[in-house]
Parts: sequence; C-alpha cells; structure tokens
Amino acid sequence: MAFLKRSPWILHYDASSCNGCDIEVLACLTPLYDVERFGIINTGNPKHADILMITGGINELNRAVVKNLYEQMPEPKVVVAIGICAATGGIFRECYNIAGGVDKVIPVDVYVPGCAARPEMIIDGVVKALGILEEKRAKMTGSAQAKEETRHAAEAGEST
Amino acid sequence: MPERIIVPFGPQHPVLPEPIHLDLVLEDETVVEAIPSIGYIHRGLERLIEKREFTEYVYVAERICGICSFMHALCYSQGIEEIMKIEVPDRARYLRTIWSETSRLHSHLLWLGLFADGMGFENLFMRSWRLRESVLDVLEDTSGGRVIQGTCKVGGVRRDIGAEKLAEMHRALDPFEEQCRDLGDVFLNDETVKYRLQGLGVVGKDDAYALGAVGPTVRASGVAIDHRETGYAAYGDLGFKPVVETAGDCYARCAVRVKEVYASIDLIRRAIDQIPEGPLDVKVRGTPDGEYFSRVEQPRGEVIHYLRGNGTKHLTRARIRTPTLANIPILVKMLPNAQLADVPVVVLSIDPCISCTER
Amino acid sequence: MTVNAEQTTISVAPEDLMREVEGLQAGGYRLVQIGCTDIGGAYEVNYSFDRDYQYRNLRLTLGPDTEIPSISGIYWGAFVYENEMHDLFGIPVVGINIDFKGTFIKTAEKYPFSVTRRGGDQCRNA
Repeated sequence: MAFLKRSPWILHYDASSCNGCDIEVLACLTPLYDVERFGIINTGNPKHADILMITGGINELNRAVVKNLYEQMPEPKVVVAIGICAATGGIFRECYNIAGGVDKVIPVDVYVPGCAARPEMIIDGVVKALGILEEKRAKMTGSAQAKEETRHAAEAGEST
Repeated sequence: MPERIIVPFGPQHPVLPEPIHLDLVLEDETVVEAIPSIGYIHRGLERLIEKREFTEYVYVAERICGICSFMHALCYSQGIEEIMKIEVPDRARYLRTIWSETSRLHSHLLWLGLFADGMGFENLFMRSWRLRESVLDVLEDTSGGRVIQGTCKVGGVRRDIGAEKLAEMHRALDPFEEQCRDLGDVFLNDETVKYRLQGLGVVGKDDAYALGAVGPTVRASGVAIDHRETGYAAYGDLGFKPVVETAGDCYARCAVRVKEVYASIDLIRRAIDQIPEGPLDVKVRGTPDGEYFSRVEQPRGEVIHYLRGNGTKHLTRARIRTPTLANIPILVKMLPNAQLADVPVVVLSIDPCISCTER
Repeated sequence: MTVNAEQTTISVAPEDLMREVEGLQAGGYRLVQIGCTDIGGAYEVNYSFDRDYQYRNLRLTLGPDTEIPSISGIYWGAFVYENEMHDLFGIPVVGINIDFKGTFIKTAEKYPFSVTRRGGDQCRNA
C-alpha cells in the first residue's frame, strides 16, 4: 500500500472562500508547480479521493455539502484546510453567514495559513498530509491485523 | 413526448472550481430548462461596513473575489474618491491601469485554461496556465501578492513600480505577446475547438442587451458595452476600443477574451510608455458623506459598487453588483436546447465567478 | 478624472414604478441592477438603468412589509435582483417570473439586511 503515499488523489471544495486560495490550489496542479507529475490528481469524485483540500470559512448552505463530501470519502482520509478563512474565518470571520473555520464542521488535520495561501505552502501542506495519511493507514492496517489475529486465536481456541 | 427528468448539476462538480447549483430539466439528453440556485459562498460581506472603517474596507473589497481582486479595490476606491472629491495623482491612475490590465490578463488566461479543461482539451489548459504563471510573476514582483495585490487604496496606490521594473516589464511584453498569440491561435483556429463551440449557446444581440448581460458575454453578441470607454483611471488618456464579436455563441465569447488578452498587452505597453512621474497618493481627510454608483469594467464585465456614507467613519451601505450576477439571466436563456454533455462548456462560457456573485 | 458619467436619480411612487420602467425600456435602457438600502426603519430601492453609459436611477421609498410589483414582466432578467431583495431584505415582491420563494440565497440569519433585524452585531464568532 506504499503507493498511496506517493500519489494521493485530491478532492477540492470551495466552502465560501473568495476564490483566491482555490485558484492557487489549481495552480499547484498545473505547470510551474505541477504536482500532477507525481501522480497527485485532482478528482471530482469524493469516493476516489484521499485528501480533501478545502478553502473558505463554511457558510450555512454548504455545511451539509462539506459533511456529505467528507463522509463519502473512504478511510484513510486527510483534511487540509487551505487559507486563513478555512482556519478561522479570516477577514470574513465577523460576517453573519460564516461559521468560522472548517473545523467547526469536520475534523481538520493540516492547516495551511495565508491569504491567499501560496502554492509552495499548499504543497508543503499536502506533504504534511501525506505523512498523516500514512500514519492513519498504518493504524488501520494495524488494527485490522490485530482483529485478524484475535479471530485466528479465537478460531484456534475453538478447534482445540 | 419523451419523459422529463431533472438532473442536479453541482454544487460540487469536476469542472467547477466553485460551487453553483443548477437544476437541469431534460428531455432525453436535451436541456429544456435550467434553474440556478446560488448561496453556497454567500458570506454577507456587505454588512462588514458596520465593523470596518471606510479606508479599511478596501481589504474586504479586494477579497470579494480572488480573481478580480484588484478591480474590486479600484471600483471601491474610485467610489469613495468620487464622494469625497479626491483627485488621484496621475502616476497612481497609470499604475492602477497597469495593475488592472495585468489582472485582466491573469483572469482571462485562467478562464481560457478552465474553458479548455471544460472542453476536455487538457494540453491547452496546461499551456494557458503555464503562460498565466508569468503574469502572476509580474504581479508578485510589483505588488508582493500573486492573487491578492493590496496595492490600491483610497486616494491612490500603496506602492510604486520603479522605472527599471517598468522597463523590464515592457521588454517582457513582446515575447509574452508572441506566446499569447500562439495560444490564441489554437483557441481561434483549431478545428476541434471550433467544432465544439460554434453554434453552441447562441444569444442574439437584442436578447443579450435586454437581459442586461455584461462584459465579454454581451460583447460576444455584438453589443459594445465596456466601461473602460468611460475613461476611468488612465483609460481616458490611453484611448480604448471595445473588442466585439457578433456570433453570440460560445466560440464568440471565447474569441472576445482571446482578443482582449492582446488588447490588454497593448494597453499595458502604452501605459508604461506614457506613465508620468509624480506622487502616488493624496492624503485622505474627512469622511465620506454622500452616495455614488461606482462602475468599473472587470474581466467578467461591469461591476457596480453603490456606496453611501453619512459623514462617519463607517459607510451606511455598500451594495456590490457583480458581473456574474448580471449574467445569470443570460445563462438561463443559453442553456435550453444544449445537450447535457455541453452544459459545462456553456456554463463556463459566461466566465462564472461565484464568489463575486454571492458576496 | 472622467469617471463621473451622468448619474440621475428620480424619486417615484410605488404605483408609478411600472409606468416609469416601461418608459425606460421603450427608451432603450438596459436594467443594470436593483439595490436596496436601509435608511433607518424604511427601505430605499434603487432601480438602475443605463444607456450609452448614461446612468438613471428610479428610487422608491418603502416601509417594511410593503409589497412591490415585479418588473420581471418588462425586464426578464430582473428576477435575479428581485429574489435577492426578497431573500436578503425580506421585501415582498409580487409576480416574479422565476420566483424562488426565498431559496435563491439561503442565509443563516433570515433577512439579514432587513430593517427590522435584531441589533447590529450578530456575529456568531465574536
């Protein structure tokens, strides 16, 4: 499963940002920065995605959309909140329609600061996310293995 | 009669970097009706005027949208300057024009890329964005920010572009234009692009005007509305003719933007040639008392900031009407009779900027 | 600076609105926007039109909960602004061609710009 760490697929969603961070996310995927050369692909389908890159401070209407997207993603999954709005609501923090950060709705693993976040920082955030993804995977396979072993042990116990 | 079905499109959709939702009523594969619903990015930033002083609100205005950010700041600043009767120094007017047109280049190249992606022309998408990076380099070099510049303020601009840098920009324009023309050639003359775009989403001249459409969308239908003609900032000195196409289809909308890229390069070149020396800003004294509808031509069309002050540090109302909002009616008229598979291309052809629309 | 193209504002009574709008439409004006302003207990509604960069405003002054007729029969695209007026300000607009019935812009706070809204600062973060 080590290839998961090498070429994660990304799901991007704009949850009430100003668009600045979103185009920088896209800029990461296209030439100059071009992370696609490592097999990191922007997918539109949450069931294909490993990393959710989310921008903006979440408003009333997309609360449910964000939850839905997150729940549809298969484990292990990592959430990267991009830009200051996604972290705290940023400049829009005091707007009546802003919940004030992605972590008000779904758990966030990596915060990328900046307004707008620079592509270098976003890539940094993704690299960090890959580490967390690997950890989560190890934990999952670890617990799956443990389960398997208990089952084997139980079966062995029954047979004797 | 075939059965009618409703297909939801968005808010999270592969071709859309931003969420918009459409309910598409289909008969087999053909769209009969499209009903938009927005609100996924509504932040309510017009009410932030209660909490930000009028000079600080420029920062919020810039963040209405991360693509046309400089022009939002410009529109807001010009509105306040008009209310307060502030005369902006000449050099500031030229610098504002240079940054505006550089932003337009980055926005149009961005759109051309996304449009190519919408058509499934991946290679062209990547090429457009590669070219866009060189525009962003200029923006970063001159302002410090790639997408949000923060250089415009009430009363002028916040920083200068030195003579050396201007000369360097001027030198870089020729090879840049050559690359843009190479790219534009594909958009305008490639058979597959033409096949995909011509005759798609046609809106006639009278309809486009009556629907109140703005920007390249309306100019592609043969209506010459471009607020740069009114001569704000330095456009009055530079002289300007709007780019107009007549076919009114997706191809025409694409062609207008390609040609506007060339026009912007030309405007920047002339602005650099003519830029006068002088101060960058004037001191802002007092508070705004009065009202004004400030209008600026953004990459997507006419934007309006209605500003109203009552002599205190806080405005009493900022109403922002962005180009995409004005282009929603024309989009609703464009979609019927399109095939479902063409919907993304038609939607992208108005260059929707949802962050702007919903504020 | 030549920014200041002519901007004229004419106050109209709600019952004259349709006639005035029809007149402008016949005169070749396009609808630019409809925007509302809270003027302390009442609304000021600006209908803005443009022809060759000449800007004209029709201005209505309305009390809260006053119904106004839709101009979407004259300018088809007006539904965008009229739904927005209803959703953000709570102004009832009658007879919109595409009436979203309050679902065009959904907000956390109902009618966030309404003159009858509670207090100024309702930030849930502060």
